Parts: sequence; C-alpha cells; structure tokens
Amino acid sequence: MDGFGIRIEGLRKRYGEGDTVVDALKEVNMTVAPGEVVGLIGPSGSGKTTLLKCLGAVIEPTAGRMTLGDEVIYDDGWKISDLKALRRDRIGFVFQAPYLIPFLDVTDNIALLPMLAGRPNGAARQRALELLEALDVGHRARAEPSQLSGGEQQRVAIARALANQPPVILADEPTAPLDSERALAVIRILNRMARQYDTAVIVVTHDEKIIPTFKRIYHIRDGTTREEAGEGREV
Amino acid sequence: MISLAGRDILHSWGKFVFTGVGLGLLIGATLTMAGVYRGMVDDAQVLLANSGADIWVVQQDTLGPYAEPSSLRDDAYRAVLGMPGVARAANVTYLNMQVQQGDRDVRVMVVGFEPGQPGEPGYLVAGRRITRGHYEAVADVRTGFRLGDRIRIRRHDYTMVGLTRRMVSSGGDPMVFIPLRDAQEAQFLKDNDAIVNERARTAANPSLNRPGVPGLLEAIQASQTSSRSVNAVLVQVQPGQDAEAVAAPIRRWKHLEAYTRAQMEEILVAKLIATSAKQISMFLVILAVVSAAIVAFIIYTMTLGKIREIAVLKLIGTRSRTIAGMILQQALGLGFIGFVVGKISSALWAPFFPKYVLLLPADAVRSFIAVMIICAIASTLAIRAALRVDPATAIGG
Repeated sequence: MDGFGIRIEGLRKRYGEGDTVVDALKEVNMTVAPGEVVGLIGPSGSGKTTLLKCLGAVIEPTAGRMTLGDEVIYDDGWKISDLKALRRDRIGFVFQAPYLIPFLDVTDNIALLPMLAGRPNGAARQRALELLEALDVGHRARAEPSQLSGGEQQRVAIARALANQPPVILADEPTAPLDSERALAVIRILNRMARQYDTAVIVVTHDEKIIPTFKRIYHIRDGTTREEAGEGREV
Repeated sequence: MISLAGRDILHSWGKFVFTGVGLGLLIGATLTMAGVYRGMVDDAQVLLANSGADIWVVQQDTLGPYAEPSSLRDDAYRAVLGMPGVARAANVTYLNMQVQQGDRDVRVMVVGFEPGQPGEPGYLVAGRRITRGHYEAVADVRTGFRLGDRIRIRRHDYTMVGLTRRMVSSGGDPMVFIPLRDAQEAQFLKDNDAIVNERARTAANPSLNRPGVPGLLEAIQASQTSSRSVNAVLVQVQPGQDAEAVAAPIRRWKHLEAYTRAQMEEILVAKLIATSAKQISMFLVILAVVSAAIVAFIIYTMTLGKIREIAVLKLIGTRSRTIAGMILQQALGLGFIGFVVGKISSALWAPFFPKYVLLLPADAVRSFIAVMIICAIASTLAIRAALRVDPATAIGG
C-alpha cells in the first residue's frame, strides 16, 4: 500500500455523562489507501453510524487521531477550524438514498459542490459533465432527479461525492434500495472511480450481495474495529 | 453560484404562484384600505379646491360649514366684502340629502351658489353652466343624472343643464349645484303645513298680535317664512394678500369665524376624518400582521418540507448564510409575487368601490418596502428552523 487516503488511530466517542455514559466507539483503527474500497460491517448498534459521523466531521470524537492524506485533521481535538470546508472539499458522501436536491437538474446537483467551493459556474458544470460521462449517465445531464431511475440517481449521487475530488468517500449503505444487479453495478462504479480518482472509499453495508466484493473488510462490534481480508470477488 | 431559491421557485412555481396569489389578494385588500384613506383625504382637499375660496367665513365658534352646522345672515357677505384685502365674497349653502335618481336613491350634497362667484362648479364635462335664477342644476356625473334629467329637491323640480366631475363632499357624496335662492329655500324654508301652523300660533300670541299696532303680525309672519340664512361666505383675497392677515380682522370685528385654506384642511383631514383614519390604520396593522403570519407559516411549512435536502446541503458543506439566503430569497420572492398580484387586483377593483379610492404610486412604493420587510421578518422563523437542522440527520442511523 502506497501511503493512505485516511487513517484512524485509537478513535473513541463517548456520549453522555455519569450514569448515562455510553461508549459508542471504544477503539477504532482503520487505514484506507487511495484508490481502495473497503467494507465496514457490523450489526445494528455496533457504532457504524457514529463512526461515519466522526469520519464525516459531523460530530466530534472524544479522543484519537484521524489523518486525511498527509494532514492530521483530528488529534484529541479538531486540527481544522472550518469543518464545513473540510466536508465540502475533502470528504465525499454517498447516502442510502441518493438525496439529490429535487429543484436542481442532474448537472447542477453535481456542480453545486465545486460552486460552493468557489469554482466558476462554467468550470463546475464542466466537471459535472465529465463525471456524468464517466458514470455513463451523461445523457441525463439536463434531467431532473425525479426523472431518473434508482440506479441512475445513485450514480449521480456518486458523481456528486466525487465533484471536488476528495481524498475519501464515505458511502452509507449505498446499495440498500437496489436489486442485486444494480447493487453490484454501484460497487463496480465505486471501485472504478476510486482507482480513477485515487480516492479512498469506505462502504458501510449490511448487504450480503456486495460483501464478497471487498478485498478488505473492517468489522465493528461494540465500538471496536477488527480488520480481516475479504474475498475480493471481481464484479 | 446558482440561485438555490430561484431554482426552487422555478421547480415548484405552481405552488409559489398560487400561494403568491392568495397573499396578493390580502395585500390588494391592504392597498385598497390605504387607497380608501387617501380617497377620503383627497375628497376633502378636492372639496376645498373646488370651492375656489381662500377663506371660509362661518358662524362664530363653529367648525362649519363642513364639519359642523353653520348659519349666517345672507347679508354678512357685504360686511366681509368691505374688509381690507378681500377681492370677492359670496354666500354658499350646503345641504346633505337623499334625492331620487330613476328608481334609486342617491345621497348627494346640494350646494347653493351664486353664478360667477366662489363656490360654483369649477369645470363642466358636459352641458352648460346655470344661467337662470331658478330651477336649473349641475351635478357630478357620479350622481347618475344625465343632461335634461329632472331632479326633485324638496318641493321643486330642477332641470339638469350641466355635468361636472370630482365634485364631492368631504364624505364622498357627489354634489348637485343649484342657484343660491333655491338652495336657501330648500334648506331653511318650512313646508306649507308648518307655515300655516306657525302663522296660527303667532296670531294667537297676544304679544305678537297686539291691537293697535297695525302691520306687526304681518311683518313677523313674513320674517318667519322668508329664508335669509346661508352656511358660509366664501372669500377670495386680493393677489399678494396673506389669507391669515385678511381673516384675522374678520374674526375680530365681524363676530364671525374665518378659516384659511390650511386651517380648513386641518379641520377636514385632522378632525373630520381622524376617527376613520384611525379605523383604517387599525385595519392596516391587522392586515400587515396577518400577512406576516401567512408568509411565516408558508415559508416555515415549505422549509420543513425540505429538511432532508437542507441536512444534505449542510453536510456537504453549504454555509449557513447560503441556506438562510435561500429561505430569505424565497420569502422575498413570495412577497414580490404577492405585491404584484395585490397591486394589480387593487387597481382592478378600486373603481367599483362606491367611494373614491386613490392609489398613490408613493403608497405602492411604501407598501412594497413594507411587504419586503414583513417577508424578511417572517422568514426568520423558517431560517431558524433550517439552521437548527443537524447535518448528521442526512446520515442514517
């Protein structure tokens, strides 16, 4: 593995105080290389969502260290003051449902992120069109999200996550609403995009259909992660 | 950067337009209320302007002739004419009454005037001026009379020889102009039965029907049946004369009240329609509050319908001010649609109001600013709700 896209060391998250204290994350260690797609698997209540929120800089961990690319972003406290800019520019999100903005067309749904980052509209839209072509939905560029199929919407959501070329993408159950064929197609796309754009991808999933496709899997249980090799089945 | 608010409005334009139309009708009602007030003020000012007077001489200690009853002897104008600075002075009477126009009753103000003197109708839109001493009339077109129509005032019929426009009382009733002598009779003369009864009473009074004083009873009875009163004397001052400087000696030496144009305007606008103005102001405040509540409710509901999208926007790093700006722009957009609809609707229905509704451009500008401010304030509730959305809600679990 050459370097890493994201590295998490000894991450902990505690909710509440006194008698109501809950240790949602006790000891999380993960490393994902650029261009790699890893699975994060665990039962309900194991801490997957909490971990995702910590990685996504939505909630603050209690302790530990997180490194994005070659920059430490958390070390027992945030090392970056503008977390919104961090989420916008350096972390891509793919959700269980696509959650596209219904009043923007497909191109602008993707172009919005570069625009928010201050890129000119023309350049942002050009970037969006390139991503749409790469994801084989270029012909739907002017469509509204409601006019797309579920699979197309999820591809647009992936394109949006890649819009600012973030070093890491967090995918929260991205295949849950899809059938086997479409679910595997999404994983195939994530793998291709990860390689193409040198992006580390963490896929949180329960989906038995896609688990065999990961080369590395992190199991999380009671707030503690355990790494194991996956089947790495070709899709 | 694309306009998120604009895109949202375009995406759900039907909802926006229908909501804006509803709001617009409310704003239209608000603009109309303001127009009603302006119309009342304008009616008062038109009444003063049309009288052509610089000074109104009325009964002492009254606010006559429009705000209070006033009665003067009809020879008082001669004394006024002799005062320094007075160019012209003429008697005038005002009488509010109901007249028959076809099958309907019309509330009018009957004005008695002397042709060629202050108090005559300023201009005609049809027909001619009154040229005979009796039984001719000129009326405002809003009375519904046409040239050649007959109008009955008290005991006599008058022929409509001219029509005028925007000649109304301070209450907005259209005016009917008739010769002064006829108007005095109509206003002050008793009916025949009353005259007969009065004569009998006078004849039965020994102090008024004294033996050995020939002609006393007849003189008294003649004075009872003659009408020598008017409501006001309208005065025009000589060029270059200050109206107040001319009015002051009239008040001092003639034991009469004399009001200048500014004072009369004060009486009509600040006193006569003050209560109505307060009434309308209350309505305007209530309508403004209702409009604000409606905008706040609509924007708040629309924002709650977009909570998931707002959470996603926040998660992907959208600044709070961008989200607040989106909601604020939508509220202002709604206000703009509402204002346009309100302006158009008020302009459309204003002519159908029975009284004059004056929609001033300056009021429209003020209303537009007020609508925008109200919408901006109303959007704060929704902005607050949006800013409190946790971006973590976009992530499952």
